[in-house]
Amino acid sequence: MRPSFWHRLDVWARRLTPFGLTLILVLAGVVPFYVPGYARVIPLLPLMAIHHWTINRPELMPAYAVFIIGILQDILTGIPIGISAVVFLGVHGVVRSQQRFFAGKSFAVVWLGFALVAGGAALASWILISIYNMTPVTPDAAFFQYLVTLGCFPPVAWVFLRWQQTFLKQD
Amino acid sequence: MNERLRPVPRVAAPIKNLARRFSYAGLVVFAFALMLLGKADLVLMERFRVQVTDAVAPILDAASRPVATITDIVSQINELADIRSQNMQLHEDNRRLLQWQTAARRLEAENNALRDLLKFTPDPLAGYVTARVVADTGGVFAHNLLINVGEPGGIKKDQPVITGEGLVGRIAGVGGRSSWVLLITDLNSHIPVLIEQTRTRAIMAGNNTERPRLIHLPQGVEVSPGQRIITSGHGGVFPPGLPIGVVASVSDNGIEIQTFMTRSHLEYVRIVDFGSGVKIEPSPAPAAEIRVKDAGGEKKTP
Repeated sequence: MRPSFWHRLDVWARRLTPFGLTLILVLAGVVPFYVPGYARVIPLLPLMAIHHWTINRPELMPAYAVFIIGILQDILTGIPIGISAVVFLGVHGVVRSQQRFFAGKSFAVVWLGFALVAGGAALASWILISIYNMTPVTPDAAFFQYLVTLGCFPPVAWVFLRWQQTFLKQD
Repeated sequence: MNERLRPVPRVAAPIKNLARRFSYAGLVVFAFALMLLGKADLVLMERFRVQVTDAVAPILDAASRPVATITDIVSQINELADIRSQNMQLHEDNRRLLQWQTAARRLEAENNALRDLLKFTPDPLAGYVTARVVADTGGVFAHNLLINVGEPGGIKKDQPVITGEGLVGRIAGVGGRSSWVLLITDLNSHIPVLIEQTRTRAIMAGNNTERPRLIHLPQGVEVSPGQRIITSGHGGVFPPGLPIGVVASVSDNGIEIQTFMTRSHLEYVRIVDFGSGVKIEPSPAPAAEIRVKDAGGEKKTP
């Protein structure tokens, strides 16, 4: 029996949520919080989302979705367009190639994997930005952001896991 | 999406896999191409950026309002805690400001009299547009703000952006309902400045930290912490005399500036329109002379 129209629409909408959630995280990353020093410590939320969904539901986070997320991130953070797209696609490619390794592993292993991947991503963005500006930019802000991103990963990943179990289980 | 719901024949699987890899490589190449294009044609990329931000600006505007409200409530509670010491401080400030008010009134009268004497033509009055900050772009690799007023609101490229504290930056891109502000701390910001006391010219260069640096100082100039930095007006982008900050430290690494604007406090900013016919070409030497004359005149008046 063919599933009804409403059922298919429901499944389709649920399958769009990983991409949609990540876009919202990109927007959330630039909303001004008028807290002293906050501007320096925004965790890179979209990176966590791309990492999580590429491991757990790679078919819902295809390369073109990662590309769109990266371009939006570039536009809204005011950095040269293309840099985050390249970095996010790199993360997507690396995680996708190691997906079998990560599947079913304990959270500590996933976190360690994220630490390596996010470290590589921070380094890559720093190198790309420095090449683009033809001068080495100060790396301490990027390093600080990396640490904050790493620290925020467990709660964010937990929310994603709950989301996955609640809305994306039956398909 | 629909294709994935259908069962895929076994022969098609490797082809699909191959196609996926090709599209992945294609996207990476495309992203690099965009980067190169941005380097080659900045105007095109800025237009693209402005169009996308125009589309999301209403969302960001809506999202930033509750955040601002919550922050206001938190800061009000914080203020309640030290209301007594603040009150003492305000009494002290008030006494000092009253003295300044008297001085300012006297100087204003004197200034008017002297202007009449000299048949001085005042600068055309500047117009202001006030805008809300709807996005703060982080600041790891770029220091930008997005504000919620665009071209119809009278914003033009390169207009100075200020707050009551001092210079914030300049308009870098204008859209239909949003504009980009390049902060004075951004790597791409280079502003001709003057050290107020000594009238020494220099360039203040942003470096993506909270403390921009002074470069291109003339040889043998002494700079000491605490000296005020103002715009010099050279280059024509900024009018002269806008306060920027004070010298925070002088070391072998360079001269660091503590800006008057506090980035985390930027909720509303003012965009200044000085009119197109303004001549911004003051020479520092006569300005210094005028100061000396003023000082001399002051002594004689009482």
